[in-house]
Amino acid sequence: MNNYVIIGNGVAAVGCIEGIRSVDKEGKITVVSEEKHHVYGRPLISYYLEGKTDLERMNYRPLGFYEEMGCEVLYGRKAIKIDNESKNVVLDDGANLPYTSVCVATGSSPFVPPVEGLETVEQKYTFMTLDDALALQKAVNSDSRVLIVGAGLIGLKCAEGIHGIVKSITVCDLADRVLSSILDSEAAAIIQRHLEENGISFMLSDTAVRFDKNTAYMKSGRVTEFDALVMAVGVRPNTSLVKDAGGEVNRGILVNDRMETSLPGVYSAGDCTEGNDITIGGRRVLALLPNAYMQGHAAGVNMAGGGEVFDKAMPMNSIGFFGLHAMTAGTYDGEMYEEKTDTSLKRLYTKDDRLIGFILIGHHERAGIYTSLIREKTPLSSLNFELLKKTATTYAFSPKIRRKKFGSVV
Amino acid sequence: MKRIYVNEEWCLGCRLCEYNCAFANSGKRDMVTALKGKPIFPRIHIEGDDKISYAVSCRHCTDPICVKSCIAGAIYKSDGVVQIRKNKCVGCFTCVLVCPYGALSPSESGVMQKCELCLTNSVGEPACVKGCPNRAIVYEERGALNE
Amino acid sequence: MSIEFIYPEFEVIRNESRCIACRVCERQCANEVHSYDPERGIMVADESKCVNCHRCVALCPTRALKIVKSDCALRENANWPQSTINEIYKQASSGGVLLSSMGNPNPLPVYWDKILINASQVTNPSIDPLREPMETKVCLGKKKQEIRRDENGKLVCEMTPQLELSVPIMFSAMSYGSISYNAHASLARAATELGILYNTGEGGLHEDFYVYGANTIVQVASGRFGVHKDYLEAAAAVEIKMGQGAKPGIGGHLPGAKIVGDVSRTRMIPEGTDAISPAPHHDIYSIEDLRQLVYSLKEATEYKKPVIVKVAAVHNIAAIASGIARSGADIISIDGFRGGTGAAPTRIRNNVGIPIELALASVDQRLREEGIRDNVSLVVGGSIRSSADVVKAVALGADACYIGTAALIALGCHLCRTCHSGKCNWGIATQRPDLVKRLNPDIGSKRLINLVRAWQHEIKELMGGMGINSIEALRGNRLMLRGVGLNEKELQILGISHAGE
Repeated sequence: MNNYVIIGNGVAAVGCIEGIRSVDKEGKITVVSEEKHHVYGRPLISYYLEGKTDLERMNYRPLGFYEEMGCEVLYGRKAIKIDNESKNVVLDDGANLPYTSVCVATGSSPFVPPVEGLETVEQKYTFMTLDDALALQKAVNSDSRVLIVGAGLIGLKCAEGIHGIVKSITVCDLADRVLSSILDSEAAAIIQRHLEENGISFMLSDTAVRFDKNTAYMKSGRVTEFDALVMAVGVRPNTSLVKDAGGEVNRGILVNDRMETSLPGVYSAGDCTEGNDITIGGRRVLALLPNAYMQGHAAGVNMAGGGEVFDKAMPMNSIGFFGLHAMTAGTYDGEMYEEKTDTSLKRLYTKDDRLIGFILIGHHERAGIYTSLIREKTPLSSLNFELLKKTATTYAFSPKIRRKKFGSVV
Repeated sequence: MKRIYVNEEWCLGCRLCEYNCAFANSGKRDMVTALKGKPIFPRIHIEGDDKISYAVSCRHCTDPICVKSCIAGAIYKSDGVVQIRKNKCVGCFTCVLVCPYGALSPSESGVMQKCELCLTNSVGEPACVKGCPNRAIVYEERGALNE
Repeated sequence: MSIEFIYPEFEVIRNESRCIACRVCERQCANEVHSYDPERGIMVADESKCVNCHRCVALCPTRALKIVKSDCALRENANWPQSTINEIYKQASSGGVLLSSMGNPNPLPVYWDKILINASQVTNPSIDPLREPMETKVCLGKKKQEIRRDENGKLVCEMTPQLELSVPIMFSAMSYGSISYNAHASLARAATELGILYNTGEGGLHEDFYVYGANTIVQVASGRFGVHKDYLEAAAAVEIKMGQGAKPGIGGHLPGAKIVGDVSRTRMIPEGTDAISPAPHHDIYSIEDLRQLVYSLKEATEYKKPVIVKVAAVHNIAAIASGIARSGADIISIDGFRGGTGAAPTRIRNNVGIPIELALASVDQRLREEGIRDNVSLVVGGSIRSSADVVKAVALGADACYIGTAALIALGCHLCRTCHSGKCNWGIATQRPDLVKRLNPDIGSKRLINLVRAWQHEIKELMGGMGINSIEALRGNRLMLRGVGLNEKELQILGISHAGE
C-alpha cells in the first residue's frame, strides 16, 4: 500500500488528495497542516472581513471531506525536513512520516521588508491566512485608521475587506500605480479612481521608510498617522524543504508538467512552485488558486501512478472591488485591440495569429471565451476575430467548431 | 448523461428560452410576478445574428474547469450536473474568467449562477427545452464532452 | 392621403398588467406590428400591419396578447358590407386586381354540413372498431370490368397500376414555391410514414425529396415547370392539372421575387423570372388532346404509374369527367370551389366554380349511368375539413379525398389568408429563410401524422356505427346519407333522401 504525504493543507493539497483518490482508493494519505483550520479558500479572507462569507461557508470542501477521502490530517504540525534517502518527512515534534511519494504544497509567506522602526509598531499585520484576518479584525474598529503598505492584489483586497469596519484606509506603494503586477497604468487608473470614489486613499510612488509606533515617515517626506499597519508588499514561495533536501529551486520549487521536482518521489504544487507558463514559454511562479488546484490534482494522479499532465498554466486574474471587476490573462505584448470608456477598458493582445493576453475592466460577460483562446492557443485565422473582438461569443467560431464544442449539434 | 443540446437550424432567436429560464429559477408561481418590469438573469442565452442563432447554457463538462477554479469551493459536480452552492459564492467572477462557453453569469444578487438543468428548482425538467417552440433545444443522451 | 385611409381590420389588445416586454412578439412578427418603446418602457403595436395570424398570440409567454376584430364600423348596410366598400377603396387607389389567399371565406352553402350519416340500431349490428378488424385501405386506379382467361383457361390477373392508400386521404397539390421547403418536407415525411401520398403541385420536386418518391404524386401543369424524366420516374403517380378549385379557368403566377435558389433550380427557370402558368394547356383543346398527354406520360413512365387528371368543379363537370374517364386517365381528381390557394384573384376565387359535394354526386352518378365508373377512381378535394367530410364524400362516391387546407392548419396555419404576401409567420407560405425555419419538419410531420391517424380512428368509428367494416363497402353507398334543410333539387343531385325519409 502506498504512503502519501502532503505537506500543506491548502487548495493544492485538496487537488492532490482528489487526484490521488481518482487513481488509488486505498493508499494512506497524511496531510501536514501548519494551520489549525479545515481547508478554506485562502482568497476568501477579505470576503470574510467584508461579511460576504463566514467561517463555515469558507470551508473549501465540506467538513467530512478528509474522512470521506480517507486522509489523516495533522493539524498544527510543521514539516521541517524531507529526508529523501530514507523517504521520511520529519515533523517539528520529531515524528517521522514515511512516504512512498510526497507532495510539497507549502504555499507562500508574506514578505516583510526590513523597515526601520517596524518593531516599534504594535498593531502590525500581514494578510495571508485566516488567522491574519481574524487578528486584524480583532484589532480594528470604526475609529481605526489603517495604513496598508502595498497596492497589489493582497493589499487592495484587504482594503476592500476592512472598508466597512474602519474609519479610514490609506494604501501606499512604491510603484506608480495600483495592481502594478497585472495592470498597466491606464487600467490601473480606472481601478484606482473607483477605489478612491469608495473612500480609499492612495500614496503611490511612495512608501514608508521609517516607522515610529503609530507614525509612518514616507519616502516623499510625508508623515502619516495610523492605528493599524498591514504589510502587503509581496509573498515569497516556501521552498526551503525542497531546497534543503537538495532539490532544484529558483524563486519557487522547479516542477515539470507532471509536477515532479528534481527529487525522485517528491512532487510539488501550488504557490510554492515555479512551473511552465504557456504564455511566455518559460517557468515562473503563478500563485493563482485555479493553478494550485490543477497542479495539485496532476501531482496527486502522478503520485498514485497515473499519468496526468498539467500544461495549461497561465497567469489569469479575476479581481473585483466594490462592484467593478477587472479580469486579466496572459501577457501584454504584440498587437493591441482596445475599447475604452471612463469606467471600462478592453484590451486584447495578439501575436502570431494567437490571442496572448487581455485586460478587461467592466467587460466580464463570457470572458472565459477569450481565456480559452489563450489556453488552447487557437489560431485566430480559424475564427471570426473581428466579431470576437467586439463581443466574446462562440458565434465567432466556424460552424464546424461550434458543432464540436456543443456536442455535435448546433 | 442527458444534456441540453441545441440545433441552430431550428433556433428562431425568439429568446423564449431566456425568459422561461429566468422564470423557472425565480421561485415565483407566475411569470408576470417573476419578470415584469425588471432585468432578467437567465442561465441560458442566445448567441448569433439575425440569420443564425442558438442557445448556450452549461455543457456540464466531463472535466469542468469552473469547479477547479472556484476560489470558494462553491462549484461542484454531482451526478454529472455541475452546480453552485450559491451561499458559498462570493462573486469573484473567476468561473466567468475560465468557462470556455460563457455559461456562468452573475445572478440578480451578484453571486454566480449557471444552468443546473432545472433539477434543483421546482420545474424538474429543463424549462428552456420544454418551452422551445421549434424544438431547437433538446434534452437527451449523447455521450461525453471533453472540455 | 385621407381618402386612402382604411381603418385597420384588427386590434392588438395587449394586457399591460401581463406584458413583461420580453419582445418575443416583436421578434416573431414578420409584418413588424410590434415594437418596443424605450421611452415608455412598453411594447406598442402598429395594427395597420396586423394580418391576424396569431403568431404573437401563440408565443406570448404570459398570454398578454389577443387580436380582435375592430369594431370601428361604417354605417351598417346589408347591400354594401364594409368589406365590399373597403375593396372598392383599395381598387380605387391601386387600379389593380384584388388578390386573396386560401379558400373562399364567404358564407356560401357547405353541403357537408347539411348531410347526416346513418348508424345501425337493433336490426343490423354495428361494429366496435376496437374489437373487430376495420379496413380503411383503398386502391386508386382503373378496375377491370371483365374476366379474361388465357388459352389454358387460367385467369389473366394483370392489373393496371394502382395507388394503395392506408386511409382514403392524400395531401393535395401545393407547390414548392407557394409553400416552403420545410412544409414540403413535413408533407413528404408524413405521407411516407402514413402510407398515403402527397402531391408536389406545379413546382417540381426538390432533389432532397426523391427519397419519398413512392409516396409522391408529381404534377404536370400548364407551365410544365420542373417536369423532366427523373421527376416523372421518381413519383408514384403523375397528375395533369387542368384546373384548380380556387381559381377555375385561370392559370397561376408566382412572382419572380420568390423564384430564388432552390425554387428556381427545382422549377427549371432562371432566378427572378416570373413563373407564369397559362390558363389553358396550350396543347389541350379537346378530350383527344388530353388523351395524347395522358398517353405521353404513360409512355414516358412505361405504363407503370397511374395518371391523374385534376379539374376544378365547374358547371358541366359531369360531362367533363365523362370525357376524362374515356381519355385513358386512371384517376380523376375534382377540386371544389372552396379549395385553397396561395394566391388567386379575389373575384375568381369568390365567384367561380361549384361546391364539391354537388360535383362529386353528379360525376359519380353520370359515370355509373354510362357504365364507366370503374374506368377511373375519383378523388375529391376543396375543403375537406374533418373525418366526417371524408366519410360523406366516400358515401357520395369518392374513392379518396385530397386535403390541403386541413394539412396546412395541422402545420400551424392560422388561416390569416395572406399567403400572397410571402411573409407567413408560421414558416409555411414563405421562402424567407428566417421564416421557413420556423417550421421544423420533425414537429410538422408528426402533427400531420397525428391528424390523419386521428381521422382514421374517427372514420373507423363512423363506419362501425353504420355496420360497415370496409371503406370499399361505403363507397357510393348513398343510403347511408340523409339531407337536412335541402330542397328537392339539391337532394336529387346529391342522390340522397331527406332526413326522416
